[in-house]
Amino acid sequence: MAEPGFRRDGSWVGASVPRREDPRLLTGRGRFVDDITLPRMLHAAFVRSTEAHARVVDVDLSEVRAVPGVVAAFAAADLALRDITALLDRPIEEFVPTSMPVLAGEKVRYVGEPLAIVLATDPYAAEDGVEAALVGLDPLDPVVTEAAALAAAGPPVHDEAPGNVLVDVSLFATEGIDDVFADAHTVVSVEARTGRQNALPLETRGVVADWDDRDEQLVVRTCTQVPHQVRTVLARCAGLDERQVRVLVPDMGGGFGQKCVVGREEIAAAAAKRLRRPVKWIEDRREALTASFLAREQHYTARAAFTADGEILALESDVVCDMGAYSCYPFTAGIEPLMASAEMPGVYRVPAYRVRGRAVTTNKAPTAPYRGVSRPQYVMVMERLMERAARELGLDALEVRRRNLITEFPYRGVNAITYDPGSYRESLDLCEQVLRDEGWPGRSLSDGRVLGIGYSCFSERTGYGSGAFAARKMQVVPGFDLSQITMDLDGTVTVTTGTLSHGQSHETTFAQIVADRLGLPYDKVTIVQGDTDRITYGWGSFASRSVTIGGSAAAAAAVKLGDQLRALAAHLAGTDVDSARLDGRGGVRAGDRTFSYAELADVAYLRAHLLPKEVGPGLTATASFDVGGDGTFSNATHGCVVALDPGTGGVEILRYVCVEDCGVAIHPRVVEGQARGGIAQGIAGALFEQVVYDELGQPLAPSFMEYKVPTAAEIPDVRIEHLETPCAFTADGAKGAGEGGTIGAPAAVLNAVNDALRTTGVELDSTPIPRAALFAALNQEAS
Amino acid sequence: MTDVQLVELTVNGERHELAIPPRRTLADVLRHDLGLTGTHVGCEHGICGACTVLVDDAPARACLLFAVQVENAAIRTVESLSGPDGGLSDLQRCFGEHHGLQCGFCTPGFLMLAEGYLAESPDADREEIREVVASNLCRCTGYQTIVDAVEDCAGRRRAALQSALDSAPRSAPQSAPQSAPQSALDGASA
Repeated sequence: MAEPGFRRDGSWVGASVPRREDPRLLTGRGRFVDDITLPRMLHAAFVRSTEAHARVVDVDLSEVRAVPGVVAAFAAADLALRDITALLDRPIEEFVPTSMPVLAGEKVRYVGEPLAIVLATDPYAAEDGVEAALVGLDPLDPVVTEAAALAAAGPPVHDEAPGNVLVDVSLFATEGIDDVFADAHTVVSVEARTGRQNALPLETRGVVADWDDRDEQLVVRTCTQVPHQVRTVLARCAGLDERQVRVLVPDMGGGFGQKCVVGREEIAAAAAKRLRRPVKWIEDRREALTASFLAREQHYTARAAFTADGEILALESDVVCDMGAYSCYPFTAGIEPLMASAEMPGVYRVPAYRVRGRAVTTNKAPTAPYRGVSRPQYVMVMERLMERAARELGLDALEVRRRNLITEFPYRGVNAITYDPGSYRESLDLCEQVLRDEGWPGRSLSDGRVLGIGYSCFSERTGYGSGAFAARKMQVVPGFDLSQITMDLDGTVTVTTGTLSHGQSHETTFAQIVADRLGLPYDKVTIVQGDTDRITYGWGSFASRSVTIGGSAAAAAAVKLGDQLRALAAHLAGTDVDSARLDGRGGVRAGDRTFSYAELADVAYLRAHLLPKEVGPGLTATASFDVGGDGTFSNATHGCVVALDPGTGGVEILRYVCVEDCGVAIHPRVVEGQARGGIAQGIAGALFEQVVYDELGQPLAPSFMEYKVPTAAEIPDVRIEHLETPCAFTADGAKGAGEGGTIGAPAAVLNAVNDALRTTGVELDSTPIPRAALFAALNQEAS
Repeated sequence: MTDVQLVELTVNGERHELAIPPRRTLADVLRHDLGLTGTHVGCEHGICGACTVLVDDAPARACLLFAVQVENAAIRTVESLSGPDGGLSDLQRCFGEHHGLQCGFCTPGFLMLAEGYLAESPDADREEIREVVASNLCRCTGYQTIVDAVEDCAGRRRAALQSALDSAPRSAPQSAPQSAPQSALDGASA
């Protein structure tokens, strides 16, 4: 691990410097949204549906308003806000647009759907108020499972989609693929399901909204990954100009995708400012577990054709994603099926491919992107196909992978994606080597437990640019980012970024990137994020895009500012610009003179009469960055050793190794942290977490007593090895690093469990892995 | 439910008089009545541990306690760990050095959990530390670096104590600080 401070070559990038976020977070002086208190502030709580599917007959709030402390209560008709609508530019056969009301007025579509907002002088009174609401609901048959949705037997979730299918795309169909399957030596198939999960940031969602009469502006402090998108939706729903909404993001306690969509509650709470009093809403954990955005529930039917020596010839996949009751803004219900269809087959050379991806709507809480989006699932399916083929062909599973991994770059995949260079083969070789050197293969346990080793190989498209999102046909196309850099009188700089840290250390890593460009210590670079008034426009942080796109924009702005400084120094020295150089120590050499940044800033601001005629005062530069082509591709191999307990069906992870390649790591320790945290969430999906509903659509895991989040007792230490294949077109050669851990872990754990089960003849393809099935498999021989 | 009660609380060595409803949780009183927002609320049902504070030196969930219950106790929050100038304690420094935090939301709870635990079990080994760290939830780190941080802090405290004892006059073996019982030395020399 690099010591704090810049590296031997003088660069900040690549050094694990102390995080600038840490001192305030370690001392309790961070400022999260619930830490904000404003004078005369009211507290909001929501009246929520107790039925999964029902017509709203009546929402009677008269008794609510009589509860001590309650100041106001509004149902849908009282607030009269426009619906939130996310759209794809696809024909009606492929996409059925639906919209999400801020408060449900005519129909409720999941347990927990907000019907009314109660505002009181303290949160206890607001909850008292909710208790007093009289809601009349006329229940309809709920559509709870994907199968029921597709059967379309009862009343549809949305009248616009009588078959309950919101997205149905067939993206690729290689000509002659049926013949390939018919003629192949071996065809293996997998049917896999993945459980519904909650991204579960430890800080729940929340908002504090206030109307500022002086600026005629609604000032909204909210923990969102996408402040500009919240501004747009809020302005549209409430009929305000964009300028009349300012979204500020304080410190954030995680997001993982759940906060990269616009929540109806934050819109309702902000709109409640009509009382001309600040309004705060903090989601409680029960709401977060039952009524927030969920993710991950997918069902794959896949098959693959192989030659006798394990070479894959064709792949076919049908994926159905249970999106719950509503499309999220801005991604729509297409996010999961489109990702699942387009990113498969990942790291493997597959000559023929056919896929169908569907999003069905059900009476469950709506879904949002969650760290990795569809990649954890499709990678799991691919890795199961590799393992199954190896078993059927009597080959080594790692050998089968090696025969199929992409090794020549750039590689144009059957999914029309061009992969930039990575270390697919090298990461697998190293991962296997590490586990072999540690002596795992062949080891046995003396306590009767059974060992298994599993691997997963994957790449992760990160930093999707506008082109990649446009190909998905979203009507709102994220991609670029803008950055502005300003030098102050003392020669220090402030950089804005449209991306947003919710734990990824942007204040540190972005400062490192800019410090290198300007030859400044990283603590002389201040990063501004999460303020729609100070940042022209930004897409926020999701899809591992912050460093690749936001960081590259910041780097480009810094280079532009450097050019300005060089031009100014050259002018003052009377030399030509080309000979002026940043000296790497906070100054510019021009001719035989050296100007410190403070000297140049002094001229730019205080003695503008010395500036050349064509140069205005001030020192500010703006740059944007967008990833061309198909984006950047980080990759990794995960290796996992498990012990299965025949007595309980329990799984213990004994060892976990991750060999990752995210190009150049700006801050290796931050990258490792992202990997470890991601792996923990992936293990959680493989073994523990699942949002379960009963047949009426009632959520059965409304607290941490039922929704099992793994602790330090379940998550092993993870050994991380770095490979470095620099990206050719991002600043510093970085690729994204946020999601990989989550993508690779479920497949590695599942394969390890199956390896341990190999003598039983049982193979499991779904997650979370049911302990009862493990117990049965391990005990069938004995019985 | 709007009845209020007069309560006296001792937080970080300071006495506070409060008129609060009996149902008001300690977490809410600390955060919103006393402005000590370092104590975070993550679940309000005692599982996540983000609200962990010390009540008479023992880690406790501030979301599961009503403030009226702890009138006669000494309460310590994360704000007590650093010096008045913001200088970090050894435990806080260890968390920073080991990257034991990312978003930082769960961090105050883990710090107070570890502070209380290490005072009671200064000779804790890694497995015991992992078990205690399992009391709280973190969603960012995968826990490994939190365990690293607590283990490192325990080791440094033992080493510091050992070197203090080594350099202390032999005639005064009883002068070892109360918070570092003999078992600490056993751990350090092992």
